[in-house]
Amino acid sequence: MSTTSTSPLPGKPDAPQQAGERVQAASAKPVTWKTPVLLTALGIVAFIFFGLMGPNQTARFGLSSSGDFFQLPALEVPAFLGGIILSVLMLGLAGYAVYLKTKDQAAPRWVPVTFIVLFVAAFLIWVVGGARTPSISLAGLIAGSVTLAVPLVFGSLSGVLCERVGVVNIAIEGQLLGGAFTAALVASMTRSPFLGLLAAAVAGAVVSMVLALFSIKYLVNQIIVGVVLNVLVSGLTGFLFNTVMQADKATFNSPDQLPIIDIPVLSSIPVIGPILFKQSVVGYLMYIAVIVVWVGLFKTKWGLRVRAVGEHPQAADTMGIKVNTTRFWNVTLGGAIAGIGGSFFTLVAIDSFTEEISGGRGFIALAALIFGRWNPIGAFFASLLFGFADNLQSIVTIIGTPVPSQFMAMLPYLVTVLAVAGLVGRSRPPAASGIPYVKG
Amino acid sequence: MVRVLKLELKGITKSFGSLLANDHIDVVVEPGQIHCLLGENGAGKSTLMNVLYGLYEPTDGEILIDDEPVSFRGPGDAMAAGIGMVHQHFMLVPVFTVAENVALGAESTKAGGFLNLDDTRRKIQEISDRYGFDVDPDALVEDLPVGVQQRVEIIKALVRDAKVLILDEPTAVLTPQETDELLDIMRQLKSSGTSIVFISHKLREVKAVSDIITVIRRGKVVGSAHPGASTTELASMMVGRAVSLTLDKAPAQPQETTFEVKDLTVIAPNGHHIVDGISFSIARGEILAVAGVQGNGQTELTEAILGLQERVSGSILLDGKELLGRSVKQVLHAGVGFVPEDRKVDGLVGTFSVAENLVLDLYDKAPFAKGIGMSPAKVLENANSRIGEFDVRTPSAAAAAGTLSGGNQQKVVMARELSRPLRLFIASQPTRGVDVGSIEFLHRRIVAERDTGTPVMIVSTELDEVMELADRIAVLYKGKLVGIVPAGTGRDVLGLMMAGLSPDDAHADTVHHRPVHREQEPTPTSHAEGGDHD
Repeated sequence: MSTTSTSPLPGKPDAPQQAGERVQAASAKPVTWKTPVLLTALGIVAFIFFGLMGPNQTARFGLSSSGDFFQLPALEVPAFLGGIILSVLMLGLAGYAVYLKTKDQAAPRWVPVTFIVLFVAAFLIWVVGGARTPSISLAGLIAGSVTLAVPLVFGSLSGVLCERVGVVNIAIEGQLLGGAFTAALVASMTRSPFLGLLAAAVAGAVVSMVLALFSIKYLVNQIIVGVVLNVLVSGLTGFLFNTVMQADKATFNSPDQLPIIDIPVLSSIPVIGPILFKQSVVGYLMYIAVIVVWVGLFKTKWGLRVRAVGEHPQAADTMGIKVNTTRFWNVTLGGAIAGIGGSFFTLVAIDSFTEEISGGRGFIALAALIFGRWNPIGAFFASLLFGFADNLQSIVTIIGTPVPSQFMAMLPYLVTVLAVAGLVGRSRPPAASGIPYVKG
Repeated sequence: MVRVLKLELKGITKSFGSLLANDHIDVVVEPGQIHCLLGENGAGKSTLMNVLYGLYEPTDGEILIDDEPVSFRGPGDAMAAGIGMVHQHFMLVPVFTVAENVALGAESTKAGGFLNLDDTRRKIQEISDRYGFDVDPDALVEDLPVGVQQRVEIIKALVRDAKVLILDEPTAVLTPQETDELLDIMRQLKSSGTSIVFISHKLREVKAVSDIITVIRRGKVVGSAHPGASTTELASMMVGRAVSLTLDKAPAQPQETTFEVKDLTVIAPNGHHIVDGISFSIARGEILAVAGVQGNGQTELTEAILGLQERVSGSILLDGKELLGRSVKQVLHAGVGFVPEDRKVDGLVGTFSVAENLVLDLYDKAPFAKGIGMSPAKVLENANSRIGEFDVRTPSAAAAAGTLSGGNQQKVVMARELSRPLRLFIASQPTRGVDVGSIEFLHRRIVAERDTGTPVMIVSTELDEVMELADRIAVLYKGKLVGIVPAGTGRDVLGLMMAGLSPDDAHADTVHHRPVHREQEPTPTSHAEGGDHD
């Protein structure tokens, strides 16, 4: 806000005759070498490993499962040739980015995105082509990815809601875990998975309310409250698991599962059928939540106010918007959403609660939120990518690749690091994220 | 359509702890009037307006609208009552479009809470057309120049049907031309029935546009005046004592030239030539003032001389020695005194004491250094003598520098820089955000330094300050030196040069198209035009 900024741009021309002339948006952000260099390096790695050192088998990708109402032929790719072609394409993209940089232009967003897709494809061909049984069901791989992504999507939506309103939610992990535990407990005791689902949302909201209370009302550092909450929830659920659930498993830790709702015909469309039309209630809720949050944030009055509070709370305040109230309820809502995500662990994926069942996915969700640029749809696709990496590592371990399984297990985290390091352009968080608002 | 509104503040008192920011203030704003609140920085004008706008609750007193007492629990209430406010620091969300910013808080919606931005766009267009604002509803606010952002703020108030518009230091961030445009807009608003409360400490603007002036000093109303009152009169009311608005300085006695900049170029991180081939020299006993609109390379020029810029080429000679390529410490040791443009960021360590701030660049030398330790006694002794010499108003030498007023902070910086023998003195925005009384003092010190035979370089975006201090004036535009003109050059010529015209063209232009600035009266040369940041 200060005119003392050392803006690198010359001031606007002030010819006296100009009356409100609009300045040319000369906000030329410096173009960095980061993207071109990174793409080139990855391209060379791909060319050497996936291309030159590629396996000689033919990789086979099944596209349909036997139940589908029409069958697609399996995709068969000679691994060596496929690797060479894809990595040459990647190098081409990298070259294009370098060329643009020499002309002082930033690479458009489709360049790194296409690059990632090609890289993943080449990686798949290389891994599958080098396996003992060079055959994999692509449909299964994708369906599994979506399944693994469900809690991540809910977690990152919770993060979006909180950060958009100016509160950093490190407690996603705790909200997922709290949701998972409560869902298992309530569903077991009431024998109703739907009540379990509801209880999970309440549990997540309660964790969030603690975060909101301390960070908004008492101005405690949001990161610290979040971390402390994670540890608290982990300790509490661990204790109750060992003392209550273990003592009487039948009463307290054998939740009925949420039904898988299979929409006839549609669910037998190859590849996308199972993803979209053969899901649990939580799975369907995920799609609804992504759309509702997106529409809400960007198309409604509520969303405009929420975003204003997260970007410039003072401006919102002077327009008569109650900043801290908005923050409190948004954070609470975020917690409820993460709680629903947590119920996925105990009501859909596994039929009982175990300690630390969320296994750090709350933090991956946080990364997905950043990778998805604080946008619900971006966060959804980022979560899918992480789910994909997670699923891939378990599948390729099964088909027997030459790569040690430990390295494969690192895959999701490697993707996380690359993603958060800003591979796809610069991400800009809401300006007031993490900063408490004090009037005056 | 014309709903008039009479606004009355009665005995408004606002205290923050023991600090009495407003002390029984009475102000009446008649309908269709431009009412100016004149006062120095920290006099309590903004606090008063924040009370009126519902941001602060008054400790005592009441607000009457059309003789009915009202109480505002938040800005929402104030807006509903027909009061709009344009804050000094704009309350706009930078990543929102104009339409989104205008809609915020008073959204037009379709069924189900969905935004109807088309309706907002239409309203913006309407107001924009009526007042000739030329604002694109779909532009992102962060891409707009400051002057246009201000119009967005005004539109925000008008869309909410404001009958009283509060403008808090609106000209602080504007160029001279934008200021003139704003004054026109204010007159237009007045003629369409909107009352305006205009908060300022710039006498020229206040006189140009107000119907009535209320002067506030230290939280109290000290009187009211008509715009016809003389600048000296207004200034002394504002400050509380007679102030001399013109600096009586002896003509410069330039001696030999000891400081020379040749073909200096600074390249910004984005590849722009932010300083582009500038050459000039300054003689001992002379003040060269560098004028220009903010952001035309002045900051980078001074930083390059001090050694704070990375990609610099050309030559900077002081006493025949090259400064370019030397470290900041070496430059300081060569005898360069530097007052940076933003004292809070570069000039002081706010949490350090005044005494410590006074030795920030001397701490490692005797008498302040003693072996590897320091001598607190000497530091304190030095502080006390500087505080006396520069009349720094501080509770003690141990008070944190950040707690002082802007003027006193600036005195601390100036005292430090002038406390050693100098071969060159550079001051960037020496009086920005400084009260009138201190401006006078600081200007005298700068001239005194010149008179000891130091070459002095002043950088200021305030034309009045430039004209006041300069023996020669250099004008920068887009990193290039437009020209160097003698001290007596007229305001309008300088204004045109600041827009990039060469001195000759500027002269020719002012002869043909007078008046360039829509000024209502002869320009008083006054100190009171000093910066007004914070």
